[in-house]
Amino acid sequence: MSMTVPDSAQAGKTLLSVENLSIEFGQGQSCKRVVDDLSFNLNRSETLCIAGESGSGKSLSALAIMGLLPKMARTPSGAILFHNEELLSKSEPEMQNIRAKQIGMIFQEPMTSLNPIMRIGDQMMETLKRHRIASGDAAWQHIRSMLDAVRIPKVSERLRQYPHELSGGLRQRVMIAMAMLCSPQILIADEPTTALDVTIQAQILELIRELQKEYQTGVLMITHDMGVVAEMADNVVVMNRGVMEETAPIRTLFSNPAAAYTRQLLAAVPRLGTAPPLSERPERPPVLEVENLSVRYPMRKNSLFEPPREVHAVDHVNFVLHEGETLGLVGESGCGKSTTGRALMSMLNFEGSIKVLGKDIRGLKGSALKAIRQDIQMVFQDPFAALNPRKTIAELVGEPFLIHGRGNSEERKERVAQLLSQVGLPEADAMTRYPHQFSGGQRQRICIARALALNPKIIVADEPVSALDVSVQAQVLDLMEDLQSQYNLSYLFISHDMAVIERLCHRVAVMFGGRIVEIGSRDQVLHNPQHPYTQHLLSAVPIPALDSKRDFRALLEDSKAPDPIKPKGYQSKPSQYGEINQGHWVALEA
Amino acid sequence: MSALQLIKKLCRHKSVAFSLFVIVSVVFASLFASWIAPYDPNKQFFEGLTMEGAPLPPNSTFLLGTDLLGRDLLSRLIYGAQTSLIIGIVANGIAILIGTLVGVTAGFLRGWVGNVLMRMTDLMMAFPALLLAIALAAILEPSLWIVALVIAMVNWVQVARVIYSETIAISSREFIAVERTLGASTRRILFSHLLPHLLPTIMVWATLGISTTVLLEATLSFLGVGVQPPTPSWGNIIFESQTYFTSAVWLVLFPGTLIVLLSLSFNLVGDALRDELDPSLKGRD
Repeated sequence: MSMTVPDSAQAGKTLLSVENLSIEFGQGQSCKRVVDDLSFNLNRSETLCIAGESGSGKSLSALAIMGLLPKMARTPSGAILFHNEELLSKSEPEMQNIRAKQIGMIFQEPMTSLNPIMRIGDQMMETLKRHRIASGDAAWQHIRSMLDAVRIPKVSERLRQYPHELSGGLRQRVMIAMAMLCSPQILIADEPTTALDVTIQAQILELIRELQKEYQTGVLMITHDMGVVAEMADNVVVMNRGVMEETAPIRTLFSNPAAAYTRQLLAAVPRLGTAPPLSERPERPPVLEVENLSVRYPMRKNSLFEPPREVHAVDHVNFVLHEGETLGLVGESGCGKSTTGRALMSMLNFEGSIKVLGKDIRGLKGSALKAIRQDIQMVFQDPFAALNPRKTIAELVGEPFLIHGRGNSEERKERVAQLLSQVGLPEADAMTRYPHQFSGGQRQRICIARALALNPKIIVADEPVSALDVSVQAQVLDLMEDLQSQYNLSYLFISHDMAVIERLCHRVAVMFGGRIVEIGSRDQVLHNPQHPYTQHLLSAVPIPALDSKRDFRALLEDSKAPDPIKPKGYQSKPSQYGEINQGHWVALEA
Repeated sequence: MSALQLIKKLCRHKSVAFSLFVIVSVVFASLFASWIAPYDPNKQFFEGLTMEGAPLPPNSTFLLGTDLLGRDLLSRLIYGAQTSLIIGIVANGIAILIGTLVGVTAGFLRGWVGNVLMRMTDLMMAFPALLLAIALAAILEPSLWIVALVIAMVNWVQVARVIYSETIAISSREFIAVERTLGASTRRILFSHLLPHLLPTIMVWATLGISTTVLLEATLSFLGVGVQPPTPSWGNIIFESQTYFTSAVWLVLFPGTLIVLLSLSFNLVGDALRDELDPSLKGRD
């Protein structure tokens, strides 16, 4: 094989050193400094994590290293030294030779970083050809061995596939294989696992670790997730609004953080296994009863003669939500948890029965359905998408009153002000402003205020904090808890994040392949998981604490959900459950 | 925001202020044509032609010159503004109305209703527009209002297509789903949440459409199925005299400039209005 192997004699231990890097946008008065005086060193075989919340300038720093800053950015000041060579003064053709060959990069969203109309094999071949690393059979050999190294099954088949034919996890593996193809000395990973499920995240992190060991790569990892930091980093740079708050070895950072911001950040991160014990709760009446809930979508036919098929998105789901209780619905993408939430809101057709305060909502229409909506409301994941950008906050929060004909305009205004102060937005001018003038966390508060307007008993919260930064996450969760105790609300809390579930929920249901595989009290499910899938899921969660590195190797083999596509009219059997403990039910293997 | 404030805001940009001025003067000219126009637009002046029978270039008697029959061009343009504005605003307005109605209904309801409506739109689109216009105009007695109707019939399809896809995109946005979970009626969702988001698109079509309709009217007039002579319109003035373009340049230049100026003005004002009416652009730095 004619690939270049990193020459260990070529340089000392330091691969990359960034010195006093500053990046500015715009000219003159409107000039904004987005990265301010950033310095760090990256050594061979070492992982450096740049951690920070959105807007901290962490991604821009990485782009600056790659010479890929957007055009609006002024030429950064400071120095970026790669083997003591200044990268900032290099021309574009020179940088093209360094990219991929010396410094590889993987991005957050693998689908948008792969060319959608090029076969996987051809895309990888292009890189090899571009850098004249190998050609012909030797190149194909190399590509195969790289795809093997990232544990992609059925390599020959994959080479001929297009990106959309692969799952998100496989796509990210292809991205890593591509980035590592020329054996770069540095791998920059910009939030490589943020768009992925936890079990897939664990796989990707494990792969990066393995590859790093094999090739002595220096890994520069950008992440907002302190769990990933704890799992991967040797050294950490903490950034906040473009300023480097702290740089420290991982041990010091977690045991003795110097900067106040770091302490704040670490305190805000929910940690699996650290939630305070639940107080004894008396038996309360149920407010929401779901029995044999199934949701099916018809599949589009590929040909005229194909028999009609359906996707079984939710399959025989049963649960009960009690008054003043939070039930967590946890699972990975595509498990049917959001579909369940939408069925509860009568946003789609379903089979089975959903009883809201004892009243079956199936088939309700018009005013009967409208009446039910006063009792059950929903908070959505993306607070910006959920707010009409052309309406003021007063109009948005006052909308439910208008729809349900409550109060006159004076009373409405008063109620809106009251609701806004309850969710922590007491400023008088908040009413007349528009959604884009608020931050993500504030927007989610507005959504919560709107959901609360009609005094509902039940709130379905679909990933309400997933789009928010951790520090804001904690505040919104606190708010939800306060409101619950104040109004005796019941939450159905849909999330993929185990730590958030543990923090807020009294009971937890785990969904897999459209079914609930395990349900019980929080402690029963999270601390004594019985179903193999629950165990699998819990073992994949990275823990933001020292010496909690987890062994993800067992997770490298994909656990496959059963195929949800069935012929039309197929009657699936409901799962059988066994009761392990009082109230702790586990699906029995069929 | 009162109308006066809005106009003040719009006039901050010089180009928009100028455009508003152009529109207002054209409207004014067409409303008070009989007072403003120096001559009767249909009167053929003996002294309006040279001894050889050629039209006169602009001079002190006929400010913008005369046309092939010795009529005063300025007077014809002022009266022609009436026709062109009626066509531009009425025909285009009807087209936008039908197009929006069909597009929103099809895009919001989807299903078989949407399919039927959109296939009908496709059918209309597949017809050569000019042929359709000629056929319709031949069946119906040509008059200004019929011409406006015919143009509307031809022009609504593009609007419907664009509004249809816009509607689908907007109704799949989450805030529409939220409205449903709040119990909002379809009417409320349509008028309070969907239409405001369609407004920019409608505005762009409304302003762009004015120039195309004015030109389509000119084509129809040229083919003899449009506004019947001697009624002047900017379009038929151009077409009557286009063969003499090299020898009597003013006959094409002045009405042509007016058409360009008017549609440009509508475009600029439309753009400015859209920006001003979109609150999500406010407070951005």
